[in-house]
Amino acid sequence: MSELLLEADAVAKHFGGVKALRDVSLTIRRGEVYGLIGPNGAGKTTFFNCLTGLYVPDGGGFVFDGAPLKADAPHQAAERGIARTFQNIRLFGNMSALDNVMVGRHVRTRAGVFGAILRDRGTRAEEDAIRRRAEELLHYVGVADRAGDLAKNLSYGDQRRLEIARALATEPKLLCLDEPAAGMNGTETEALRVLIEGIRADGVTILLIEHDVKLVMGLCDRVAVLDYGALLIEDVPAVVQHDPRVIEAYIGVPA
Amino acid sequence: MDTFLQQIINGLVQGAIYALVALGYTMVYGIMGLINFAHGEVVMLGTLIAITSITFLIKAGIAVPLAALIGISLSVLACMALGWSLERIAYRPLRHAPRLTPLITAIGMSIVLQNLAMMIWGRNYMIFPPLIEKTQFEVAGASFTNVQVIIVTVAALAMGGLLWLVYRTRLGMAMRATAQNPAVAGLMGVNANRVIASAFVIGSALGAVAGVMVGSYYEIAHYQMGFMLGLKAFTAAVLGGIGNLAGAMAGGVLLGLIEALGAGYIGDLTGGFLGSHYQDIFAFIVLIFVLMFRPSGLFGEKTGDRA
Repeated sequence: MSELLLEADAVAKHFGGVKALRDVSLTIRRGEVYGLIGPNGAGKTTFFNCLTGLYVPDGGGFVFDGAPLKADAPHQAAERGIARTFQNIRLFGNMSALDNVMVGRHVRTRAGVFGAILRDRGTRAEEDAIRRRAEELLHYVGVADRAGDLAKNLSYGDQRRLEIARALATEPKLLCLDEPAAGMNGTETEALRVLIEGIRADGVTILLIEHDVKLVMGLCDRVAVLDYGALLIEDVPAVVQHDPRVIEAYIGVPA
Repeated sequence: MDTFLQQIINGLVQGAIYALVALGYTMVYGIMGLINFAHGEVVMLGTLIAITSITFLIKAGIAVPLAALIGISLSVLACMALGWSLERIAYRPLRHAPRLTPLITAIGMSIVLQNLAMMIWGRNYMIFPPLIEKTQFEVAGASFTNVQVIIVTVAALAMGGLLWLVYRTRLGMAMRATAQNPAVAGLMGVNANRVIASAFVIGSALGAVAGVMVGSYYEIAHYQMGFMLGLKAFTAAVLGGIGNLAGAMAGGVLLGLIEALGAGYIGDLTGGFLGSHYQDIFAFIVLIFVLMFRPSGLFGEKTGDRA
């Protein structure tokens, strides 16, 4: 098994004349927390959308877990082991917290319409297992006490945690978090950091988009910086932090 | 007074049938935002297939109950296959087309299916073979038949089964998730195409059941019967809040009651100027009022911007 989990090879995406991604190539190793940062509009979320099959790249492609990613439909990316959360939370608002996580189990389970009608032993056992695993995950991210509430009624921080639980339910090899700390206060961010550390300790590789520099630098093994859709640098946090190009991209003047 | 009770009973039976058909509209709309105007034709084909197969089996000497069972099953299976094919052939290629395109396609499919039925079964009224000995009951001056009791019971069971499927099973969960956000449901591994196909298949099965009910209730069928029935069931779905399962059920029953009571009293109300054969106007009066005053329907949450 290769040390590399994901290789992005010259991924490009245009929207009309806007080049949202310009031949971005990067590699993510198994078990690391990989940060993706850059100013607003740099193409970070576009990169996520290409990776998870919501967009089809205009050029280049991904090799994931040793095989090319043929992600022209989101459920295929999920099957291969890529899960994500959203910058603007996208839960199933009118379903309970538990149901949200149970949907995430969909990709790893099989029972179809005939199983649902015939109620054979396998189907029932599978449905029980889905529920149990979903309850465990709610407990894991710390929202077990809200299991029966509609997702839209949860607090903002709890919704972010629920979204992570739902993503984990798909048993991802790579978990992509899009600004998980956005809008969180210091205590919530610290709890989030502990949660992400725990997920990494469980063997899930993490790709993290984040604006909270302290969180990124403290958590990530390596960091890539995007600016105007192009990759500026990919290195360990200590080097990235002091790179003049990065400082220029953020501050806007030559350092 | 007995007119009132009698019309309540008639309305409940008609309403149960509307509700079953309305579910087909509302499931598809809830998941993909399409009004499948060909659904009424699926119901019509369900009736005609049941008539042909049951009549054939009875002539072949098979006992009536068994013939009915096989015929109804055939009709349900054929409609499920038809619903699946409609989605696959007519709507899936238009998944990313502007909203109006699949709507016009649906109207086109409705015309195609109607003409197909006319070519196969002809223009004449068909007789639905009697499946059970009809017995009449009297309660407080109103009468009802065992056929009516069976229709309401089967409809209630089918609706209960659907609710259970949608709220208690893995497939139902995938359907609800897709209805709320297809892209995110996809990221959870839900295959949107399969969920949409299931909605068509399940809706068509309910439609076939409703078709058999209509046939055995009125004892006749015709290749154009799906048009008016479809429009009224669509009205029922809008009345309940289209996209909402409980709404379609309540809307169907309510519409049946409004129609029956309207037909029962229209003669008195207009001094005999309009008779009960004007009952069809009530469904459309309801539709106009709902669209004017509560376009999201009785159970609808948001006044969406959907077509």
